[in-house]
Amino acid sequence: MASFKPTKIPVYPKLGEKVTQETLYWKNYKAPVQIKEFGSVTNIDVSPVAPHNFAVTAFTRIHIYGPFSQEPVKTFTRFKDTAYCGRFRSDGQLLVAGCEDSVVQLFDVSGKVALRKFKGHTKAVHVTDFTSDRYQIVTGSDDYTCRVWDIPNATELTTYQEHTDYIRCGVTSKLNRDLFITGSYDHSIKLFDARVDKSVMTMDHGQPVESVLLYPSEGLLVSAGGRYVKVWDLLKGGQPLVSLRNHHKTVTCLCLSSSGQRMLSASLDRHVKVYNTTNYKVVHNFDYATSILSLALAPDDETIAVGMTNGILSIKHRKNPEESTELSGQHRRRPAYRVFVKGKNYIPQQDDYLVSKPVKQHLAQYDKHLKKFSASKALDTAMQSWIRQKKPEIPIALIKDLDRRGTLKNALAGRNEQEVTRLLNFLIGHLVDPRFTPVLVIAAEMMLDIYGSVIGQSSIVDRQLLRLHDLLEREIDYQQDLVEVLGMLDTVFACHLPRKEVPCLGVNRSNGLAKGETSASQPQFQAT
Amino acid sequence: MVEHANIRVVHRGGSKINFRAPVITSDSKFLLCASGECVKVYSTTTEECVHELRGHTDLVTGVLLKPSNHLQVYSCSTDGTVKLWDFFVLSIYLMPEVASGMNVCVCVCFFVELFQLVALHLPQSGDQLAEGLELSAVLPDVKASPESIAFGRGGEYIASVKGLCLVVFFFRKQKTFSFYLKQNSGNGRKNTFTCIACHPKDDVISTGHEDGKIRLWRNFNHKKEYTYLTLHWHHNAVSSLCFTPEGTNLLSGGVESVLVQWKYGQESQRDFLPRLGATITHVTVSPDGALFCTSHADNSKIYFGFGLFSLTQSALTVFAGESVTTDLMVDPRSKALVLNGKPGHLQFYSLQRDKLLFNLDIVQQEYIHELGLQQVEVVKAAFDSSGERLATVEERKPKAAELELSLKLWTFDQQTQSFVLDTTISAPHEGGITAMCFAPAAVDHRTATLVSASKDGHFKAWQQTVSPTQTGDEGPSWECDFVGSYHSLAPQCCCFSADGSLLAIGFQEVVTLWSPATWELLTTLSQPPGDIRNLCFGRLSCSKYLMGTTVKNLLCCWNLLTCSLEWSTSMDVSLLLSDPLSENMAAFCTLDGCTDLFVFKPCEPRPLFCQKAVCPGTVTRAVFSPRDSLQESCDESCQWLNRSQLYFLSQHMDLMTFITQAEEKQLMASNKQLVVDDTVAMTPFHLLLGARRQGGGDLDQPDHPDTSARAQLPQGSAAIKELLQTPAHVLPAATFLCSMFVQSLLISVADSSKTKHIEEEMESEKEEEDSFDEEEDEKTGVVRAKWASMEAGEAAEAAAPAMTRTQARELRRVKKMERGWLSGLLDC
Repeated sequence: MASFKPTKIPVYPKLGEKVTQETLYWKNYKAPVQIKEFGSVTNIDVSPVAPHNFAVTAFTRIHIYGPFSQEPVKTFTRFKDTAYCGRFRSDGQLLVAGCEDSVVQLFDVSGKVALRKFKGHTKAVHVTDFTSDRYQIVTGSDDYTCRVWDIPNATELTTYQEHTDYIRCGVTSKLNRDLFITGSYDHSIKLFDARVDKSVMTMDHGQPVESVLLYPSEGLLVSAGGRYVKVWDLLKGGQPLVSLRNHHKTVTCLCLSSSGQRMLSASLDRHVKVYNTTNYKVVHNFDYATSILSLALAPDDETIAVGMTNGILSIKHRKNPEESTELSGQHRRRPAYRVFVKGKNYIPQQDDYLVSKPVKQHLAQYDKHLKKFSASKALDTAMQSWIRQKKPEIPIALIKDLDRRGTLKNALAGRNEQEVTRLLNFLIGHLVDPRFTPVLVIAAEMMLDIYGSVIGQSSIVDRQLLRLHDLLEREIDYQQDLVEVLGMLDTVFACHLPRKEVPCLGVNRSNGLAKGETSASQPQFQAT
Repeated sequence: MVEHANIRVVHRGGSKINFRAPVITSDSKFLLCASGECVKVYSTTTEECVHELRGHTDLVTGVLLKPSNHLQVYSCSTDGTVKLWDFFVLSIYLMPEVASGMNVCVCVCFFVELFQLVALHLPQSGDQLAEGLELSAVLPDVKASPESIAFGRGGEYIASVKGLCLVVFFFRKQKTFSFYLKQNSGNGRKNTFTCIACHPKDDVISTGHEDGKIRLWRNFNHKKEYTYLTLHWHHNAVSSLCFTPEGTNLLSGGVESVLVQWKYGQESQRDFLPRLGATITHVTVSPDGALFCTSHADNSKIYFGFGLFSLTQSALTVFAGESVTTDLMVDPRSKALVLNGKPGHLQFYSLQRDKLLFNLDIVQQEYIHELGLQQVEVVKAAFDSSGERLATVEERKPKAAELELSLKLWTFDQQTQSFVLDTTISAPHEGGITAMCFAPAAVDHRTATLVSASKDGHFKAWQQTVSPTQTGDEGPSWECDFVGSYHSLAPQCCCFSADGSLLAIGFQEVVTLWSPATWELLTTLSQPPGDIRNLCFGRLSCSKYLMGTTVKNLLCCWNLLTCSLEWSTSMDVSLLLSDPLSENMAAFCTLDGCTDLFVFKPCEPRPLFCQKAVCPGTVTRAVFSPRDSLQESCDESCQWLNRSQLYFLSQHMDLMTFITQAEEKQLMASNKQLVVDDTVAMTPFHLLLGARRQGGGDLDQPDHPDTSARAQLPQGSAAIKELLQTPAHVLPAATFLCSMFVQSLLISVADSSKTKHIEEEMESEKEEEDSFDEEEDEKTGVVRAKWASMEAGEAAEAAAPAMTRTQARELRRVKKMERGWLSGLLDC
């Protein structure tokens, strides 16, 4: 006597992204704080010293936000036109910013009025940065020049006129006081040494360069422009290493996670992608409401700040580990461990007589009904609203099993208006799911057979049937379109694949052999 | 047969044991089942076939215990003979020829209580058969099944059902009563009788019907005033009915495979034993009521211990299966034969022991026992070369809907020692799968490739991928690696070369060769007309050849190096298979309704061995099973059987094999050892223990100084041993034997005194005495003892000069003491 075999609920592969450690890590942020700025947020810079304030450059202002405040800690408003590229010095004391009116201003973080003004550029200055010795400033401008300035006496030290288009991004070396890199709309990235009067290295990105990024070791350089993110090996003289094309619009901003293991890129296509820097695979993806212009990551990945074209600054803070433990602490207290293991950890001695207890088979409610051959009740149990909504595979497995048992018709028949509506709703919800279609089509046909005679008696059921009809028509059209696309693709593939000649045995030649005779005939062709 | 007399086709199992109801012996130790031309005796404790009663030359149609002697059994057969067997001593004791030329008599029931023989003749004879020796026709018109005839209480009457008629014949009055039912009962279902059983203590007849009803008839000795009570639980025909020996319960079974127990007198009280596995065909109760046995349509028998509805003992299945849809396979791990068994299961069947090892549940669904229901069947299965992985295909073809197909992949789990389901691929193809094979194991054993070919014109390669997931909760999974097709032809067969570097797929008339590494089409071979039926790569030294057979009677051999036809011959090969351990290939050819076997090497078109008329009908399933040990055979025609054995399934689902003469001798020798000489069931355990006990006895003997005394007891006599161990019913009368027996028990006085004398004379080494045989007669015993004492005396003299007189005296005293103790022992 075999025991009852419960209905097998198939496990469908989970569609969509797989849950990895990466996703868990990057999803562990609180809901974003959204702050409306006056214009599009073009630059966000994180202060290198605690408490790691943000300098957010938007329209004619630079706001400085504390790590947890939603109101600006400080505001710099002394700009005559749109401000660009507000950046902190490495000690967090000074801030430099360019402006549309070509003047570069240096601020004390605690003050309000500019300490120095650097005049000399003729067009808007989009790039400003401090050198690593903290006494000089590098700027890049729309007048195709980049200049090095001395802070104490506000004089220009060098001018480089090598780019042939707007300079829109740049970065200074953190290890060497004389090196800095600029990227320009002339597709080139140039590495300058302040000790010589021309660039020492030029790389061609192929697209207008929007952002450049140096690795902490400064052996690798990352540049973004157009849809591409490219990695260059500086130690090998600017050799291209990888070219990534994961965005479908211009990539506007790059940044590294604090550990240096992940790289983030933001784009006008509203996505921020996280790359693994060892194999340059995308490991995570963030979606935002509008095109992203700027991106910054606080140390230890505590905060992700993203600035968008519509002037929204979105700040996401990492969840505290204490908070998550607090949440779990709120669960109801379970009985102690001792209660569960009571008497179960006894190890039988050699001369103990073991009395085995028959293991009671646990069956789900619908299986209990199936065991008693009550098909309708089983279907009712499986169609309970929570099962139906949370685990549609259970009712579907049951319908399949009932069909196999030949009792599906009995189970579907004899229902009142409410139950018919419920069944039809379920059909409408899952009929076009390719995993469930083969089963549900049978059920739908039976439903129509059984209840075809009562159409017109209930407006609700009629409406449901019309919906089902529409759904099927739409699905058929959709499938037709898909087949058309498939046909087109086939032609495309057939054109592009190289045609390989398959050597074929001469059919007629080998046919003339006598029965049972060994053919020592010459090889008819050579195997390739 | 004539040309190779040293190789024989023998039957290796797979016979039906559910043709007739089994018989349980009165001590409930053995179960006797009619099986083909013999009667098999199974032990109820070990489920092993203890022995077979062979002697009939045709189908055995009934087995019955002799009521007057419970150690004997009658069997009848369509060869027209009825035989009486003594099933303990393996001999045909009595063999009455019923009548010559009585092969029309299919069902013979015996009524032996009054030493009267009553035969029932069947309508096949046209008219009533004339009387035989002591034959009398009782009922003219009965059904050809023993289920429809039953003897009533104390043998007073016999009842038979046929169609819509119940006939009761009283022996005393020589009177017949017939009762008719209407064609249809109220709900339009059939009222036809299916089976009958009579109450052993009461005048009640129970009959089962087509519509699932059971009727209990009373007062049937009146023409008009009979009554019946209707019981209804079964929803399909009742196939078997049985009363328990005391008549307290009625057991019934049918298609639902639920054994129902009705309490006699309180029929509303029912007990059920559900899910017995398959349609119940017979229900039997042992004469003491301790054992119940149900036999099932899938050739299995289940028997239960005393408390029917509490204790389930075990199941005995012999090679179940009405139709084999999968190929025969040999599990590389357990060396068991694998084929589909119970519905939705794969059975693992031990070839050595002719025993079902276990059933592997493939479908994992509750089986609904109902007529006319489309069930999920396992249609294909394949093992990989190491036995690590198993692939199965199951399908269900509903009448109106499309084919339901699923491919399941299993991995062997070392901990549970069984296969666990790895991946289920639902709808792997659009059409039915025609062939499936694993690629030979790769070097690293990490990944595996499976190729399945389908009627939808595609073949697919499935690959196991060990996904490097960080979470690690998922095991290996399978995914489709490649989908291939060739001019939208339907692939029929596929085969991998031995090293796995080539895949051959037969697309109707064309053989295509693919490279599994790159999935490139390498070349095509064709030999029209006729579709390709089988493909086989040569092995070892012949690995450059590809063999193929076509439906148009052609066997072709292609050379893969030149891609040309090497040789071909015209024969209707129904099955071609290659030996995995040698380069031999076996081809089963159908000719004039018989199957011939040819064994050959692909390199030469000359058969190594051929045997005409292996069996009637077409052989479509066969397998080479590797031997455990290499057989040494120098004969050229037998050499192909050295490494592996060839098994095949005949048309009637009998498993046959080829056996060499040397092997046969070995088997006979081992069979002789197994012949039972005891009422103790001969189990391997018993053999082991029995051997140990005997050996232990031999070892013990030297330790006991009184062996010689014990040896005189008459139990040692071989004649007496034989007398005591022969079953009583085959011995002459006790009065005749008594005096002889008592005489043999007497201990002769002279004998014992002589022994005493010998003991006294013995001076040294007693061990020598122990070598004395028990049967040695007085005279030689004395002579030998004297000789031994003389020798001892000489030895003593030789040692004497070394010791002083006092020392010698001391020694003698010690010896005297010892002797006194010994003689005391002898006296008592």
